[in-house]
Amino acid sequence: MGSIELQKVVKQFGELTVIPGVDLKIADGEFVVFVGPSGCGKSTLLRLIAGLEDVSSGKVLIDGKDATEVGPSQRGLAMVFQSYALYPHMSVRSNIGFPLKMAKVSADQIDQKVKKAAATLNLTDYLDRRPGQLSGGQRQRVAIGRAIVRDPTAFLFDEPLSNLDAALRVQMRLEIADLHHALKRTMIYVTHDQVEAMTMADKIVVLDRGSIAQVGTPLELYNQPDNLFVARFIGSPTMNTLNGASASKRGASTIGVRPEHINVSSASGEWKGRVRVVEHLGSDTFIYAEVEGVGPMTVRQEGETEQSPGETIYLTPQESRVHRFDQNGRRVV
Amino acid sequence: MARKTTATQTSIVTIVAWLIGFVMFFPILWMAMTAFKTEVDAYTMPENWWSTNWTLENFGIVQERSNYLRYVINTTIIAIVSTVLGLLFAIPAAWSMAFQAETKPSVAWSGKIWAGILLIAAAIAAAITLSVGWQLAERPLLGLLLILIIGVPFGYWIWTRRTTDKLLWMLSTKMMPPAGALIPIYLIFNRNGLIFKDWGAVDLRDYNLIDTFWGMIPLMMLLNLPIVIWMLYTYFKEIPFEILEAARMDGAGLWEELSRVLAPMALPGIASTLLLNVILAWNEAFWTLNLTNKYAAPLSFFISEYSSPEGQFWAKLSAASTMAIAPILLLGWFSQRQLVRGLTFGAVK
Repeated sequence: MGSIELQKVVKQFGELTVIPGVDLKIADGEFVVFVGPSGCGKSTLLRLIAGLEDVSSGKVLIDGKDATEVGPSQRGLAMVFQSYALYPHMSVRSNIGFPLKMAKVSADQIDQKVKKAAATLNLTDYLDRRPGQLSGGQRQRVAIGRAIVRDPTAFLFDEPLSNLDAALRVQMRLEIADLHHALKRTMIYVTHDQVEAMTMADKIVVLDRGSIAQVGTPLELYNQPDNLFVARFIGSPTMNTLNGASASKRGASTIGVRPEHINVSSASGEWKGRVRVVEHLGSDTFIYAEVEGVGPMTVRQEGETEQSPGETIYLTPQESRVHRFDQNGRRVV
Repeated sequence: MARKTTATQTSIVTIVAWLIGFVMFFPILWMAMTAFKTEVDAYTMPENWWSTNWTLENFGIVQERSNYLRYVINTTIIAIVSTVLGLLFAIPAAWSMAFQAETKPSVAWSGKIWAGILLIAAAIAAAITLSVGWQLAERPLLGLLLILIIGVPFGYWIWTRRTTDKLLWMLSTKMMPPAGALIPIYLIFNRNGLIFKDWGAVDLRDYNLIDTFWGMIPLMMLLNLPIVIWMLYTYFKEIPFEILEAARMDGAGLWEELSRVLAPMALPGIASTLLLNVILAWNEAFWTLNLTNKYAAPLSFFISEYSSPEGQFWAKLSAASTMAIAPILLLGWFSQRQLVRGLTFGAVK
């Protein structure tokens, strides 16, 4: 239990088609991340699964049953919102217990389950506080607690970590991953942050203007992007893409090579360039160069390096790591 | 950078504000002072402002001649019941306008939805036919058809307007002078008017809505409904929709969403709206003077009894007016913060 399937799901807002047609299968227990740029339809797709938006056409199946016409409260799903969406007039205890109250569970059982969820999320000391008296991370945990207490078929997360600071985001990411391992429930997670996608997902769904660009494991998407969009979207810094002679001699319209798959030399190489900016991160160094006949390129090197702005460098790609794309942006096999 | 104000500027502004406040309050102050004067002194103006024989006799006479308590009870019933009834309609209406997606009718809708629309249109048309009471009683089907032909397209047109247009249209009904609607409403309310007459099959002449709570309460409710809906709408728009969506995901039905989530969050707004509506209903004079007489007569009617053809009894009129406005003045005084907050909420983000 916990499998979700979308069959030719289309969503239109008036004349505007946001999702032109999506087919997707999510297996029970999978951690699936919907990722894509702003406005690509990932939140809309999540809301269609949740039932908060009606599909214009197509079907949403939950555990093999057609849930397209079923309201959000009857789908057996739990959602964690970006803004937490806690009830400000209720205590933490009442917030977490609210879904159980709606399900007409007895007061004793509600108390038991709320205490258990609070203990799991380190919220026991905050049960009588109101959301306004909590920090961002605590509020997020209350939102998660409200979701897990329902024992849902699947969890839906809509950019839950966007409002947190960087350090807290890393911590919460680990907590959500731990939660997934503990509960073994299907989780669908929406984010625009590819680091979250790469680190948390069993499977990533990359969306581009409402359509699925590619579905695969994080490393599949990283190492074998199906198209230019996925190639450029996954990976930070972005993959270097080149047209012209460098591509045509390799039998492609466009080639792509990741910054860490480029060798740097001060003596010779395929491309000659001038260093514009060098970023030292300690563990890595990013070199931004202006390459003759190609344009800007980014190179990643481990540790610290000697290049400095204005210097001439020569870049050579590792041939086995060059990705080739045709004139439609599709991968050349 | 914040504007700096000197102590002198602050003093001047404070004095001016007090002066303006005093000027606005002055008529009420004068009326209250006149209530404690004799009739003769009330006529003499303005020489004896302070050099007068203060007396409480006017209040006694007013209470003797008319049962003040009964008028207070009538006004309280009309004000509070019409307010509560209005909120029962206004909260769902404002919720729908604030949170439901604006849907345009579509031929892709199911037969069930279209059948529902036609049934509701037919019910509204039937209600209009009855209330208008044309001689179409002899040709009812023709009348119904005519009203459907007018009503359904009009209803469709209203439905497809944007929410703000719908709100403006509702508020525009308040822009019409009440006198324009007096005759039709009087005819609807009255015995032998449009409804309460001998229909042949049934004789309704023993009934009417003039001078009844059954008439005044719905009328007060409907008069103030546009303002109540508009105020609640502006409050509801401030509530993040995600919280209601979270409630839906948590299994809350429509009733739970409204009562356990929306209403508690919007309580300040609902309280402000409630207070304003009570004040508007309490102070209503035009409709109460024209449509009540004795049994459902509120305090505005009570005041008007002292403005008679025999002459103006200023002192007694002032005493009656002071007694009429005292309760609502006290209510307004104690709830002024809530009222101001309610009226200015949303003006500044």
